[in-house]
Amino acid sequence: MTAPAQMLVQGAPKARPARRRNLNVLGLAPFVIFAALFLLIPVVFLVVGSLQDAQGNPTLANYGDLSQDFIIDAYVTSIRVSLVTAIAGGLFGFLLAYAVILGGLPSFLRPALMTFSGVASNFAGVPLALAFIFTLGHVGLVTKFLLDSFGIDMYGSGFNLYSEVGIEATYMYFQFPLMVLIMAPAIDGLRQDWREASANLGATPAEYWRHIALPILTPTLLGTMILLFGNSFGAQATAYELAPQVNLVTLVISAQMSGDVLHNVGLGYSLAVGMIAIMAVAIFFYTLLQRRSERWLR
Amino acid sequence: MTSSSAVAAAKPSRSRPSPARFFWWVVFILGVLYFFLPLLATLLFALRSQPFLSAFTDTLTASDFWSALGYSFVIGIITIVISVVLILPTAFWVRLRVPRARPFVEFITLLPFVIPPVVIVFGLLQMYANKPISLTTAPFGSDLLLIGAYVVLSLPYMYRSIDAGLRTLDILTLTEAAQSMGAGWGRILVQIILPNLRVSLLSGAFLTLAIVVGEYTIASFLARPAFGPFIALIGRNEAYRPAAVAIISFGLTWLAMGVIAVVGRGSRTRIRITGAH
Repeated sequence: MTAPAQMLVQGAPKARPARRRNLNVLGLAPFVIFAALFLLIPVVFLVVGSLQDAQGNPTLANYGDLSQDFIIDAYVTSIRVSLVTAIAGGLFGFLLAYAVILGGLPSFLRPALMTFSGVASNFAGVPLALAFIFTLGHVGLVTKFLLDSFGIDMYGSGFNLYSEVGIEATYMYFQFPLMVLIMAPAIDGLRQDWREASANLGATPAEYWRHIALPILTPTLLGTMILLFGNSFGAQATAYELAPQVNLVTLVISAQMSGDVLHNVGLGYSLAVGMIAIMAVAIFFYTLLQRRSERWLR
Repeated sequence: MTSSSAVAAAKPSRSRPSPARFFWWVVFILGVLYFFLPLLATLLFALRSQPFLSAFTDTLTASDFWSALGYSFVIGIITIVISVVLILPTAFWVRLRVPRARPFVEFITLLPFVIPPVVIVFGLLQMYANKPISLTTAPFGSDLLLIGAYVVLSLPYMYRSIDAGLRTLDILTLTEAAQSMGAGWGRILVQIILPNLRVSLLSGAFLTLAIVVGEYTIASFLARPAFGPFIALIGRNEAYRPAAVAIISFGLTWLAMGVIAVVGRGSRTRIRITGAH
């Protein structure tokens, strides 16, 4: 009885003529045309432009120009800000997710935290920059409170909101909530059986975490941190509003587009392609880690 | 199911010595402070305006606020409609007829994560603002580019949201049943698939709205009178009104996320609530 059924199953795809299949691909045409017009062709335009000089002759000079000190500094600063906020935001977000799920806190705190995280991870740009100015600026709420109540002078001791550290503190506002959102389901995915099995075999909770839970969560942890890295690396509005003088790649490209600094479109192209290259490497590793984490967490 | 296992897992830690739990309370309170202090500071600053609440009343009675918000809202709605019209049939078709194209479509919908908004708008401007196309000479052309860029930004969220919704449906059976009763493709999509994807579509739509209404980078480089550039403008020129607008903007984000949470309650579709910056 199974044999004819199998033949049917095997025969089914072959029954469809090849010409039909080609026509099926046409169903994707609107999507592909849209992506080409508003995403692919403009990006290809940037890539091609980065390989041409002002007269349209092929050249690698635009990439050579990237070696200028302030451009290298911009990439280094952007990467540093992204690494700091990805690692700090990632660790804090993980601890926070752990606290409400397994930390023994009242269970009603969890949905509250998740809702907050959804809002905060989407709260960025100009309003976020303003909120931090009112909080940690020269006369911000926290700045004044620390000074008046404890005599702690944040600005006197080297802190400055309108600087790299300030940008990092501000980015943290949307970084760690994103970590909470992604880590919570992963922590939920740790099965009770694993904990019980390890306990039955004589493992202490610390050993369970070191040998079982953390290795399973590590790909998700690292993968999400990469996502946070990209989240911060591509951010422009918040930094532009808060501290436009900080040398970030997105701000250098912005200045180039406003046309007041570089006077060299080719350099703008190679800067943009450089950003895409760094993001592509990051997302490549993210995809690898994603695949690893899917093995255990379903 | 997952929540019950979380509750079960939490039980042993209840009986743990209190130093551990104290540590988790400290972590939680630090998180709460990070969430609320900037909001509190902004609110208190807005309330300093004289007469009382004038920062809010001035904002809500000013026409520039409503025209900027209205513009961004309309752009957001158009973005959502185009995004759904583009992605729903595509995701449906990929699942039904061309599963081999899935990696390709997924790759394209991931690209906006790889290419920062500032680079997207740079490419669009270089491509369409210069001769021979010069779209940006007319406001309509700039609006078109803005909507195009926003649909691009929405691709990752919209595609994942809709695809996750489609996964919970047996679309082959639904489609064949509809076809055997004589329905055409348009009717299948609008009357069969669409109603079944309410949750996915609404969460994708409100997430897109939350992203688009506050967006600054692309709108400002295209010189559009949107809400993001409006906040930046008054932020540079005024004292109390920016604080009020920041609070209102936070409230709008909150509203969008609240709708997603309410809509998604009890749904089997896992909704990812994250935006781009």
